[in-house]
Amino acid sequence: MNTRLVLALVMSGAVALTACGGTTKESANNDTGGTTNAAKGDPDAPLKDGLKITFLPKQVNNPYFTVAQKGAEQAGTAIKAEVKSTGPSDAAASSQVTYINTAAQQKQDALVISANDANAVAPALKSARSQGLKVVTFDSDAAPDARDVFINQATSNEIAAGQVKLISEAVGGSGEIAILSATPNATNQNAWIEVMKSELAKPEYSGLKLVETAYGNDDDQTSFQKTQGLLQAHPNLKGIISPTTVGVAAAARYLSSSEYKGKVQLTGLGTPNQMRKFVQDGTVKSFALWDPSKLGYLATYTAAALASGQITGAEGEKYKAGDLGDYTIGAKGEVVLGPPTVFTKDNIDQFDF
Amino acid sequence: MRSLLRWETALVFLLVVVALTGQVSTDGSFLSGGNLFYLGLDIGEIALIALPLTLVIVAGEIDLSVASVLGLSSALIGWLWNAGWPLETILPTVIVVGALAGAFNGLLVTRLGLPSLAVTIGTLALYRGLALVVLGDTAVADFPASYTSFGTTPLPGTDIPYPIVLAVVLAILFGVTLHASSFGRSVYAIGANEEGARFSGIRVKRVKLTLFVLAGAVAAIAGIVYTFRFSSARADNGLGLELAVVAAVLLGGVSIFGGRGTLFGVLAGVLLLGGLRNLLILRDTSTEVLTIVTGLLLLVSVLAPSITRRVGNLRKATP
Repeated sequence: MNTRLVLALVMSGAVALTACGGTTKESANNDTGGTTNAAKGDPDAPLKDGLKITFLPKQVNNPYFTVAQKGAEQAGTAIKAEVKSTGPSDAAASSQVTYINTAAQQKQDALVISANDANAVAPALKSARSQGLKVVTFDSDAAPDARDVFINQATSNEIAAGQVKLISEAVGGSGEIAILSATPNATNQNAWIEVMKSELAKPEYSGLKLVETAYGNDDDQTSFQKTQGLLQAHPNLKGIISPTTVGVAAAARYLSSSEYKGKVQLTGLGTPNQMRKFVQDGTVKSFALWDPSKLGYLATYTAAALASGQITGAEGEKYKAGDLGDYTIGAKGEVVLGPPTVFTKDNIDQFDF
Repeated sequence: MRSLLRWETALVFLLVVVALTGQVSTDGSFLSGGNLFYLGLDIGEIALIALPLTLVIVAGEIDLSVASVLGLSSALIGWLWNAGWPLETILPTVIVVGALAGAFNGLLVTRLGLPSLAVTIGTLALYRGLALVVLGDTAVADFPASYTSFGTTPLPGTDIPYPIVLAVVLAILFGVTLHASSFGRSVYAIGANEEGARFSGIRVKRVKLTLFVLAGAVAAIAGIVYTFRFSSARADNGLGLELAVVAAVLLGGVSIFGGRGTLFGVLAGVLLLGGLRNLLILRDTSTEVLTIVTGLLLLVSVLAPSITRRVGNLRKATP
């Protein structure tokens, strides 16, 4: 067979795949698979026993999600639900899809997920919902039409403004700062970075100058090297904000063993157990975080309330989440856990997670 | 040839075993239409790339840059889409770029006489780097549903995903090319004895160049499938996928030294790896175990065919 013929066949096959004309960004109408909650929640409905709930973190063996998972399991025990934790070993955009499909295939009642990429998981989540699963996102949201409720750890404003305030206090109000983020598409990271930028534009922070946003991909080694890179690229750098647990721990490790210790300030979102020694040795003055176990707990309770018909995800619905008390669903199906906690040398020993 | 047939029989047997144990241990959900649809989606890109890669490996070469070409193609789709190009122009363009990337590999191997392992490890990094240059760290996700639905919905009235339809069509083309054309015979001849092939009048360099071009073009097609399946164009799409593809090809009984292997065996290998992974996840196997099993399968994929071949040779040797 003529080699060119083979090539032509392959190419024409591919071109045929792309049939019909003129689909550009402008002409493309957005997919509006909007979900209307026709059914009404019955606030007095009891939580069902024996609900099957899949807990799907961004990545397994990530300390932050391990703590959230503990909270989810606590809630599971409290409401007699079977909570199953599963997930990919890497935080790539597409690696959660297999697990979402599996949950649908296993006919689970609900899925509690922190999305690696809001859009990449959306088609699979929609398909799971069409098969009867209730979908609760926590920590990092998926496209809003692909889930029932999003459990927000704290509003973006509270978190981002808090981070800027902490770094401003740490560097004494002036100097160059940088952000060390997770993955470039993490929904929460990008929302926070936006708010941080608008916070920095305020007059009280006029002394601070954001010089770079680096991405450590929530990978320890990458974050470590990006920290090194930031310090080399910006000799006048005074502070780093790393609003990710992996990033802030890697950055702290680098700083504590370098000449920059105590000279370059670091704050971020970290877990007390990871950050304890860096707070004690003076590398980090303060950092913040919500309690991820409460986040997992609330998300699991919410999933159970959805699966039991107490709520449907509509704005204004109220429900009780065990020990955490009463919650109300806000606009766009969002529930806010509460303001983050700030950890310093003085209070860090009260926390163990 | 007899020992080769034996390995493919073993693969089919293993497939049946996995299918049956899967079916029994999951109360029938493993072989249900819904799960097979998901399984099909999961192995779509691997099946696609495995086709040309089989020919490349049979010819005694290797292409490790395929997953990076997938990523480059995905990044290009996102970049051109943002630039306002129509998808109907973007898709053929990225396939051509994929073919050019393959041609670059092929030219380095055939014209400069460099080993393909070294060349494609280099271009693995180079093409991924180019993908990052094109799209950076961002993702493009606003593709129209009329396109992304090809990656998320089955053929109407069936449970067959579109990517699998595409893979089957290409598998027939590649199968006929490898097993029933003079081009295919020359691919085997080159892999078995390159010197001999050259002396018998086969245009070795040209055949090899064609194979690399095909690998690049099909990897770019896989990039299109991947992008629409996740409605997400990203430079890091398909990172590390080359290992899964090479594992499937070797598990399919293709000799890493060239000259042996069938496309049927490779398709069975793809199905076996994908099916096993799907089954383990469906049965809630922990991620750690999953990683270990995938690693062991990689080893088995290299060891098993060569062991069956040795056993076959021993039998032949003993009177």
